[in-house]
Amino acid sequence: MNIATIFEVVLAAVVLGLGIWTIAVRETYSATVGFVAYGLLVALIWVRLDAVDVALTEAAIGGGLGGVLLLGAAARLRDAEPTVAEAPGMVTRVSAAALSALTAAALAGAIVFLPDPAPTLAPTVVAHASATSLANPVTNVLMAFRAMDTMLEKVVLLLAIIGVWSLAPDNAWGGHPGPRHQADPDGILVFLARLLPPVGIVVAIYIFWTGANHPGGAFQGGAILASMWVLAIMAGLTDTPSIGRRWLRFVLVAGPGLFLLVGLGGLWFGTAFLAYPPALAKPLILGIEVAMILTIAATLGLLLAGAPERSVK
Amino acid sequence: MSLARDIMTISAVSAGVFFFLAGTAGLLRFPDTLTRLHALTKADNLGLGLVVLGLLPQAGSLREGLKLVSIWLLVLLAGATVSQLIARTARQGETAK
Amino acid sequence: MTEFLTAAVGFILALLALGLVSILRGPGDTDRMMAAQLIGTGGIAALLLVGTVTGVSAAVDVALTLALLATFASIAFVKKGLSSLETHGTGSTENHK
Repeated sequence: MNIATIFEVVLAAVVLGLGIWTIAVRETYSATVGFVAYGLLVALIWVRLDAVDVALTEAAIGGGLGGVLLLGAAARLRDAEPTVAEAPGMVTRVSAAALSALTAAALAGAIVFLPDPAPTLAPTVVAHASATSLANPVTNVLMAFRAMDTMLEKVVLLLAIIGVWSLAPDNAWGGHPGPRHQADPDGILVFLARLLPPVGIVVAIYIFWTGANHPGGAFQGGAILASMWVLAIMAGLTDTPSIGRRWLRFVLVAGPGLFLLVGLGGLWFGTAFLAYPPALAKPLILGIEVAMILTIAATLGLLLAGAPERSVK
Repeated sequence: MSLARDIMTISAVSAGVFFFLAGTAGLLRFPDTLTRLHALTKADNLGLGLVVLGLLPQAGSLREGLKLVSIWLLVLLAGATVSQLIARTARQGETAK
Repeated sequence: MTEFLTAAVGFILALLALGLVSILRGPGDTDRMMAAQLIGTGGIAALLLVGTVTGVSAAVDVALTLALLATFASIAFVKKGLSSLETHGTGSTENHK
């Protein structure tokens, strides 16, 4: 039982305990705080497992954006007229618990009984890094070897934002999502909201740029950009854009649109859909990622803002 | 040279952990929100600074070292301002009672 | 050196757990707002140490991201906690037209 194992046991125990507390606690605010704390700690686990790209995404989404989303939802639930809903009965609860335990046991069994060495394509991916001259194998998989999946994911993001917008009342369609925040212009919140976003933008661009050869990438950078945007909105420094604006809609489609264009170009000029000519692979990938980071930032920020509530004046 | 580096790392990280211990003790033992906030922000930030100081000799290059220091500065700035925000909320909560 | 650093990480994590227990139990939402701050400092210290121990140099980038987003989460907690305080009190800082 060496020190490394003890550290891992402590980490696992903390995360598990936090997870159990998050489920068991009554107030939604406390549960959300627990959930965000849990997300930030799981990022630590990912680093321990040497999956730094996942750790970045976990910190960005689970920590920052997911927490804000849940808090907004909790606030809406609290404000809305509480309809008399039946608390789930004992049978429902027991079957839910049994189903969850079964899923957890199946996952644990799958991991524990993995053949040793576990089947993996990682060495093949690393060996083929010369196809795109990018050194980060995760970026290679996302943007070259399985680019189709990434493109479809961006389309799913677009569908999600359309789904959220469809919840708008008729008179608010085309208007501004969410309430108009106001804060004391000489206060601390505004100070922080003026100071942090420039730092955040630099960090986001750095994380995006370093994703070519080190852990990072467009998604993590886009999530950081989105959180900085939401920060400025929360401090009242800027208002949410009305969803009818043309530049907003263009930014939202830019990512998957460019991806699709490049894919069709591969079909037209090359061998297959999304086939990159080897000489142009790196510039093409970087170009797509630039469009993607903007789209992801805009989409995530708008998802957090919610459905339009105020009609355009 | 490497021995000096190791000694510096061990001593700085030990001091950092000690301040984390002090901060957590304050968090557990202080009576109300404002004092606990004080313990959390001041002691833990100092602990982090000492840990960063201890890791600087182990950093691979100047760039790594600069990154470490900038992380600490960012946490310091954020901690100072956010603790003010939380303190105001605590004050408002007290006057509302 | 690595054993010492790993022990330091374990210790900091245990302190983090204790601090979390105290914060999350704390009476009132104002105490719970501090959780993101606690993880912001303790978690980053643990991350930097883990990065040095396992040789994952990119852990510093995760620590940078964590610093930014823990701050953002803290601000969101204060803002949302504040609005719940005010809807139970006098008015609201948010205008729904």
